[in-house]
Amino acid sequence: MAIASLCTGVAKLAVAASSGEPAIPSIFSPASTPADSIYHLSLFVLAICLAIFVTVFSLLVYSVVKFRQRPGDDGREPAQIYGSNQVELAWTVIPILIVVVLFLATARVIHAVEDARLPQGTTEITAVGHQFWWEFQYPRQGFIAANELHVPVSDAKHPTPTHITLLSADTDHSFWVPMLAGKTDLIPNRSNSMWIDPHETGVFVGQCAQYCGTQHAKMLLRVVVQSRADFDRWVAEQQRPALSVDGVARGRQIFETTACVNCHTVAGTDAHGKFGPDLTHLMSRETIAAGAALNNRENLRLWVKDPDAIKPGALMPAMQLGEQDLDAVTEYLLSLH
Amino acid sequence: MSNAESVLKPMLVTPAEEAARPLFDRVHEWIVTVDHKKLGLMYIIYGILFLVIAGLEATVMRIQLAIPHNHFVSPQVFNQLFTMHGTTMVFLVGMPLLFGFANYLAPLMIGARDMAFPRLNAFSFWMSALGGIILYYSFIGGSGLYGAGSAPDVGWFAYAPLTSQAFSPGHSTDYWIIGLLVSGIGSIGTAANIVTTILCMRCPGMTLGRMPLFAWLNLVTSSLVLIVISPLTAAQIMLLIDRYLGGHFFDTQAGGSAVIWMHFFWIFGHPEVYVLIIPGFAFASEIIPVFSRKPIFGYSIMVAATLAIGFLSLGVWAHHMFTIGMTSYANAFFTASTMAIGVPTGIKIFNWLGTMWGGKIRFTVPMMFCTAFIFQFLIAGLTGIMLSASPFDWQLGNSYFVVAHFHYVLIGGLVFTIFGALYYWYPKVTGRMGNETLGKWHFWLFLIGFHLTFDFMHIPGVLGMPRRIYTYEPGRGWEIWNLIISIGVIFQIVGILFWVVDFIWSYFKGKPAGNDPWDAWTLEWSTTSPPPEYNFAQIPVVRSRRPLWDLKHPEDPDWKYE
Repeated sequence: MAIASLCTGVAKLAVAASSGEPAIPSIFSPASTPADSIYHLSLFVLAICLAIFVTVFSLLVYSVVKFRQRPGDDGREPAQIYGSNQVELAWTVIPILIVVVLFLATARVIHAVEDARLPQGTTEITAVGHQFWWEFQYPRQGFIAANELHVPVSDAKHPTPTHITLLSADTDHSFWVPMLAGKTDLIPNRSNSMWIDPHETGVFVGQCAQYCGTQHAKMLLRVVVQSRADFDRWVAEQQRPALSVDGVARGRQIFETTACVNCHTVAGTDAHGKFGPDLTHLMSRETIAAGAALNNRENLRLWVKDPDAIKPGALMPAMQLGEQDLDAVTEYLLSLH
Repeated sequence: MSNAESVLKPMLVTPAEEAARPLFDRVHEWIVTVDHKKLGLMYIIYGILFLVIAGLEATVMRIQLAIPHNHFVSPQVFNQLFTMHGTTMVFLVGMPLLFGFANYLAPLMIGARDMAFPRLNAFSFWMSALGGIILYYSFIGGSGLYGAGSAPDVGWFAYAPLTSQAFSPGHSTDYWIIGLLVSGIGSIGTAANIVTTILCMRCPGMTLGRMPLFAWLNLVTSSLVLIVISPLTAAQIMLLIDRYLGGHFFDTQAGGSAVIWMHFFWIFGHPEVYVLIIPGFAFASEIIPVFSRKPIFGYSIMVAATLAIGFLSLGVWAHHMFTIGMTSYANAFFTASTMAIGVPTGIKIFNWLGTMWGGKIRFTVPMMFCTAFIFQFLIAGLTGIMLSASPFDWQLGNSYFVVAHFHYVLIGGLVFTIFGALYYWYPKVTGRMGNETLGKWHFWLFLIGFHLTFDFMHIPGVLGMPRRIYTYEPGRGWEIWNLIISIGVIFQIVGILFWVVDFIWSYFKGKPAGNDPWDAWTLEWSTTSPPPEYNFAQIPVVRSRRPLWDLKHPEDPDWKYE
């Protein structure tokens, strides 16, 4: 429809205009096979709906204009028509035929997306939804990341898709990155899955699409699609434990002797908490607090000092540290590359 | 005084005498009444009060969302607002208004003197009222004696496990459960009453095939209510058991199932949508013929289509769950059943057009609302077809596109017909005509506001904006649309103000309406405006679907052709 083409236009424009920023997450600018299949189906459905709309709307406008009572009407009642079986039959059978066509076209796409066989070499990832952030486990590579999902780009000739198992640690969530695929929910006590095969590198944004509690709004999602070489380099980086850096010993000591370690892991240290995001390679991420703020010194410090200032209702408590301790912990966090 | 005179006595009280009675007497009479018209009016006033409250809740949300990263309300308050807005609109606005109209009009239309069970009627109304009061008491008393109040914040479909003690401590969720449980008892009582009344209380000659469509459609609605409130009540009791007696139905931390709650809720929730919209169809099916000056086109097909919708609506619930990872077969089944329901719904739209076709349409305020309804319901139906294609729903589900779609159904469809109905039957209820000019201002302002808000609401959904977020990031292409959506609210509010002024002014100053101001055909227009306590001094006898047409056109009565 007009709205759809407008959206497509707006989205394409945005992609072209701001190649640095993530593109507007429009469902009409697909960058992965599942999103692309849905896009083509949606164009077909939109075309049929548009045709129905034009037909019925024309009939309505014609009736309103043609059959309105005119000034100077003789006041006699119009012919009393009670119905017509032929007409009724026509406007029953034609919609049934339309529905059959729509259903067959839809069933094809359901099957193509849901029952797809993924090739050898598929990257396996497990995404776990938490209030209010994302945990991304890479079981074969043996590390855990958070909030920014890195996947390799997929070549159309030699597809290397990514298969994501979806779990939840607490309430319902939904994984939605519109340019890559439709959404699938993460439900506790249930294992769902989805797959993507992004055709182009770049950052694709999305967010949690199932109400999950106070900070549902700031449970944002970034998918970083990288070339195979970049992805392998990123994996290697994530696999090694945290570097021991000089000059942050005080911050590290505060971190390891307060409640921080109850929730956070820093591989290679005594911090083994599982409740919050793994911080081993915190500084490899562009954002903190599930995308709520850019990852820089000021925001990190504010986040440790008072998470509610960035994300009211987040489950991380304010750590009640003194100013100097705050500085020291921030320095330590900044060293976690 | 003879016996007949004493029966007629209440009908003979003049307005002056009525006003002279002590206030306490008059209030008391409304509280203890078992009269279907008084109860119907109380239902309608109750629904309108909550409509205003829910509208204000929506207004606050739209102020918050007008610009990104706004701080007008906190996330906690925003989450309570959308929960209360949704719950209120469905349970405390939609159903009471529709029961109100059915209560007031169904007995009049079928030539009866009251509902089948007047006392049950009063009981049901007061149960519904109590449910609403309990729900809203949460604003002041949600956490019990200590702490500030806390309204429910789990969303109107209250998905597990967010409602479990672990994620919802305190009593906010309990208010949601108990409030709806109690009002559900009222809904079941009134639905049983309406079904019985329509089946058993029709006047001589009024066979099922001669009932006004309004009666038919309310029969289907109330039957649906009887079927679908029970699973909701059952699920709510299970949730209470989880919360207080150590049950684990939906407690995922102890092996319960979040998905089972979804099934229970939506086997109620989807037919509920039809419970709300079928009475809207009923209003349109009465108003459009009268102002087109033609009988409804394809009466029996309209009845059949309604029955088909009622039946199919029980088999489509999981289209609310396309994103929960069902198998491809389940997704295909619910795609098919949901698309199928588009057929009888389409038939209805065509029949309304067929009714207008070849008529002499008088565009009074009720007819304007009904014409806009056809246009908007057409679009709502088409976006529904889009959402029924499950892959399309994987993208659009739980986005602002869905929010736009169901507001198109419930505002563009239902609320527009409710306004049409309020304008259409206002002269019957009050005995005075509404003000045509104020009514038209209301219509046009509300129409503009509606389209500003809900047309543009589809777009951020397509651009990836999920529902139920209290704020959003700039730079995603959502800002301008959200601003326009919020601006539309202003027009809607001003429109509503015109309506309030119209109805209050006309109540005192409107032209006397007479029995039959619209030159209509159903039985309620054969008695006085407002109708006397017992409706008809003599029970009417009918020979066709349009008894007043037969009276007015003895040379060409309907019964010759039916």
